[in-house]
Amino acid sequence: MKRRRQPLVRHQAFAVWQRNFLVWRKLIAPSLVVHFGEPLIYLLGLGYGLGLFIGKMAGMPYLAFLASGFIASSAMNTASFEAMWSVYTRMVPQRTYEALLATPIEVNDIVVGELLWCATKSTIAGCAILIVAVFLGAVSDLSALLSIPLLFVIGFCFAALAMIVTALANGYEFFSYYITLVITPMFILCGVFYPTTTLPEGMQQVIQFLPLTHAVALVRPLVTGQELIAPFQHLLVLIAFGAVGTGLTIILIRRRLII
Amino acid sequence: MLSKTAFDAQTPTSSAGDALIRCKGLCKSFGELTVVHDLDLAIPAGTCFGLLGPNGAGKSTTLRMILGQSPPSGGVLEVFGKDIRHHGRDIRARTGVVPQADTLDPDFSVIENITIYARYFGLRPGVMRHEIDELLNLVELSDRRHSRVSTLSGGMKRRLTIARALVNDPELLVLDEPTTGLDPQARHLVWALINGLKRSGKTIILTTHYLEEAERLCDNLVLIDHGYVVARGTTKELIATHCEKTVLEIRNTLDPLQKKTIQNAATRLEYSGDTTYAYADDPTALTTAIDRLGLEQVLHRQATLEDVFLRLTGRGIRD
Repeated sequence: MKRRRQPLVRHQAFAVWQRNFLVWRKLIAPSLVVHFGEPLIYLLGLGYGLGLFIGKMAGMPYLAFLASGFIASSAMNTASFEAMWSVYTRMVPQRTYEALLATPIEVNDIVVGELLWCATKSTIAGCAILIVAVFLGAVSDLSALLSIPLLFVIGFCFAALAMIVTALANGYEFFSYYITLVITPMFILCGVFYPTTTLPEGMQQVIQFLPLTHAVALVRPLVTGQELIAPFQHLLVLIAFGAVGTGLTIILIRRRLII
Repeated sequence: MLSKTAFDAQTPTSSAGDALIRCKGLCKSFGELTVVHDLDLAIPAGTCFGLLGPNGAGKSTTLRMILGQSPPSGGVLEVFGKDIRHHGRDIRARTGVVPQADTLDPDFSVIENITIYARYFGLRPGVMRHEIDELLNLVELSDRRHSRVSTLSGGMKRRLTIARALVNDPELLVLDEPTTGLDPQARHLVWALINGLKRSGKTIILTTHYLEEAERLCDNLVLIDHGYVVARGTTKELIATHCEKTVLEIRNTLDPLQKKTIQNAATRLEYSGDTTYAYADDPTALTTAIDRLGLEQVLHRQATLEDVFLRLTGRGIRD
């Protein structure tokens, strides 16, 4: 049978984004408390607390090192959580997708709309830390502004990966596997807390296959005013993860819902 | 693709030429399990069509196929003259859906649910305020426009779902068990709404297992069971073809002798729970027998679709 090729993004994807944005706007107060409060506590506690003993790391104050790492990791966390818990809530208990699929919207519109929204939310979360970091004096260069569009790409990448898990999930418990086995190791290993060069040789090879390594490698120099090394290579890795994740998610969600 | 003429020759309804939904040999299987077998339908525009059957008969699956949410395993299915396999989006753009489960957005108010839904159709709710006001009036929710969905009763939610389904001014309405779970008042309100929509010229396809609902709303219906059509026609035709004219429901416990007496006077007997159903075209002999036996807990009524339903699908419980 002949299969019609569909455009990947239609304006309907934007309607899905808009729906999520409007819900977020309604619940903006608790959301902003989380976005600003959490990094503030982390940066004050760890940045100043540990920073007192550590002093400088990779040629910068530890607070700046940590803040720039957190900006990247919070984009990862925000995107992953939104693409798992929130997306699953809309897809399963809340039956939002069922309502969407009764309109001209199709599965690829939903997936792209959701991912765009997750990326938006990651950007908001990342910017919140950036603002906190500016006030704590951890940001030294205007190039930090360039990290904002980058946060969108990072968010999209991690949301696309997490949504594969959501497409396969049969309950919220399932997400613990992904958090424990994928997100947490990346958080610890990919250069958020210390330079990846301190890891054993073999481990340094392994983490090159993890997207957060590349996210941190891009965000840190931008925020702290250091020289970017191989930026397009890092960007390409993030885009590749995002593209594969998006394609796989569309296939899996379609298989799950269009039966 | 099948040609149109090949269709018309075989469709059962005479007005099949302007059928809005037509399917021929439609099948749906999930692995080994076939839930819809060889379904033929021709639903004329402007009519209300009922899909009846017990739970698991294949009603919702058929609706999902009509909406392009479930690819058919075989056969032909056309809506608005378009093949569902290639035109799902176009078909849904002209269709309103009231799903069986509540799919309203709990984070939004009544009016926000409608405006967001309009956007899904590519409509601009900003320029259709008047239309949205009219929809809220129609479903009697104008005074609740800013209420959150979680504060609405079941009947209000269903009415809101109906209003939402009308936001794109659809030609076809698909209602999956529109009154399941509603109390009698709410059910009558929904029936009145559906009848109004029918009068305004919309084509409606609904599933239900409330036989009273089908009798009130549907011009034509099919009764399906285990994915097979077991009967089709108007309510009157179905009763005339498949059932005697009158029924006596006997709630008394009958001893074998009493049962024998009644059996002789009736065309046939059916049992369900502790009730005996005695059927006859002419009830005279039956009423005489019952008077003579002195049975008191007896309801004498005309046969309804329910009797046809129970006769054709049996009295066993379905889950």
